[in-house]
Amino acid sequence: MSAFVQYTVQGLAAGGFYALAALGLAVIFGVLGVVNFSHGACYMLGAVAAAVLLDVLHVHFWVALAIVPILLFLVGVLMERLLIRWLLRLDPLYNFLLTFGLSLILVDVVKRRYGVSGLPYERPAGMAGQLHIGGIGLPTYSVFVCLFSLLICGVVWLLLTKTRVGMIVRASTEDADRTRALGINVGRWVTPVFGFGIALAGLAGVMAAPFRAITADMGSNFVIILFAVVVIGGLGSILGAVVAGFLVGLVEAYGQAYAPTFAQVAIFVLMAGVVLFRPAGLFGRDESA
Amino acid sequence: MTQHVNNTSETPGTPHTPDTADVAPQPAGSRRGPLRWIMAAVGLVATLALPWFVYPPVAMDIAAWALFAISVDLLLGYTGLLSFGHAAFWGSSSYVTGLIAIHWGVPFPIAILGGMLFAMAIAVPIGYLSVRRTGIYFAMVTLAFAQMVYFVANQLSGLTGGENGLQAIPISFFGIAPVETDPFFFYFAAIGLILLGIWAAWRIVHSPFGRVLVAIRENPARARALGYDVDRYKIIVFVLSAGLAGLAGGVFAISHGFTSLEELDWTTSGKVVLITVLGGIGTLWGGPLGAAIVVTLEDRLTSSGFEGTGIILGSIFVVIVLLFRHGIWGTVRDLLQRRMEPRHDRGD
Repeated sequence: MSAFVQYTVQGLAAGGFYALAALGLAVIFGVLGVVNFSHGACYMLGAVAAAVLLDVLHVHFWVALAIVPILLFLVGVLMERLLIRWLLRLDPLYNFLLTFGLSLILVDVVKRRYGVSGLPYERPAGMAGQLHIGGIGLPTYSVFVCLFSLLICGVVWLLLTKTRVGMIVRASTEDADRTRALGINVGRWVTPVFGFGIALAGLAGVMAAPFRAITADMGSNFVIILFAVVVIGGLGSILGAVVAGFLVGLVEAYGQAYAPTFAQVAIFVLMAGVVLFRPAGLFGRDESA
Repeated sequence: MTQHVNNTSETPGTPHTPDTADVAPQPAGSRRGPLRWIMAAVGLVATLALPWFVYPPVAMDIAAWALFAISVDLLLGYTGLLSFGHAAFWGSSSYVTGLIAIHWGVPFPIAILGGMLFAMAIAVPIGYLSVRRTGIYFAMVTLAFAQMVYFVANQLSGLTGGENGLQAIPISFFGIAPVETDPFFFYFAAIGLILLGIWAAWRIVHSPFGRVLVAIRENPARARALGYDVDRYKIIVFVLSAGLAGLAGGVFAISHGFTSLEELDWTTSGKVVLITVLGGIGTLWGGPLGAAIVVTLEDRLTSSGFEGTGIILGSIFVVIVLLFRHGIWGTVRDLLQRRMEPRHDRGD
């Protein structure tokens, strides 16, 4: 029983990264109609930025948690302004390919600068030990990751449902043309929304830094699992991204615990099942032909 | 200032590949008829002359990647489906080809045939599931399934050699020593298979079946209304395309004498899409052109000790997608067409 609880916490922690990053992917897709292939690279940039900040400027983890997303927001703004924007009118496949090329560049630049071996990152003070809840020992940091990512998802949810900006984002996700017809300047929100989505990927990266090996390739597999997450949740569905993120994290953790050989395959089997029985995703609306 | 789009494309005409509206097969007897034969002849001569000008193993790589790119173009350019998981077929065929060659020692074309059939076999379930989604979803789903194949190959390390890959794949060719030992002669033995694959792609595109594919690309709803089983056509072309990718992957594995997980990796899927887009979507001829450029470039970069291949390839990708969406062949063809047909046939 205690082992099961530990796997669950582990799965929810991994799911937290997926949920945060998938949330960013979903928001970007909702407003821009772009599937950002470089999301994994941005996640990696978040982790590398945290490691470099700690190493060079001795910036503490908690500060990095605030600074890095802002840096990544700026990266996202640059990407959108310089590149993404020119292809928004075309088939979304072009931006998919563009961001794929971008991600090749980013990964290789980091690889050349910081090598292929992992950068070190210590768990922040007070997070190294274990929590004992009801006689079950749980890694403090995993518990923190679960709670914190849930918190961020909650905050984003509130932003989307309770603020005017959130309302515009949701409205343009639903029907951009009609939103525009109602006199709302949707275009004004394109750049900030893209930056925001990238910042979420960066935040997931910072949180992963004490947890995973920080390498240039850390986002390569991540982004594909992220795609599986949004296919399962329903691309464009905010709730779907979060729920599917945690779900995939759990599947991965239970898989690693009980059937280690096919842990990673299990995620894709889950995706195959969803595509077979609910092609639009668990929370998606069926808008495709 | 609002450049905002949601999901649907604002380009007129084709929903999936907006820049390929003019790739429909020409009616018989069109003015490009003789030109096409001239081009085919030039292509054939260039193919046969290649190993005199390029290091033969590199020439073989170019040929294999060319067919691989053509297999992707069959889906992307002619059916409007971007497969971002074709490494699954190229890579799995390279493994199966290698395993057959190692364990049974049959002549290499038979081993490659086995690899190709395996690729087609796994393409059936993958295609069946993937065609349930279109556009960007199709790309993501195929990518994810290809990654699944990657993980399975990694897990079956007893069979596939895991991280080490499959080493020492022999070339067996009816005991004809030059082919079995000299890459120069091997090129001429294997190029037939590649040409056969290219010819098959050409036949598919210019058949009634190929016309239906273009119709599906242009307007799936109308194709369905006309009584075509759209999903069935998509699955069939997906499996055919996987077979061509498998053929190319098998040749690649034999030529290199080993294969590794890299051939199943999603970067391989990305690279072949890059080659296809660079050459020109929906042109078939673009594939060989893109392959020649990318393979030669990579070879030069690696031999000069430059390790940032991803930076170069990624930059090419970004530039092509931003500025030359018709690719090299498409751009050249557009220029030629503008020359040859100055007045009529312009306004669509």
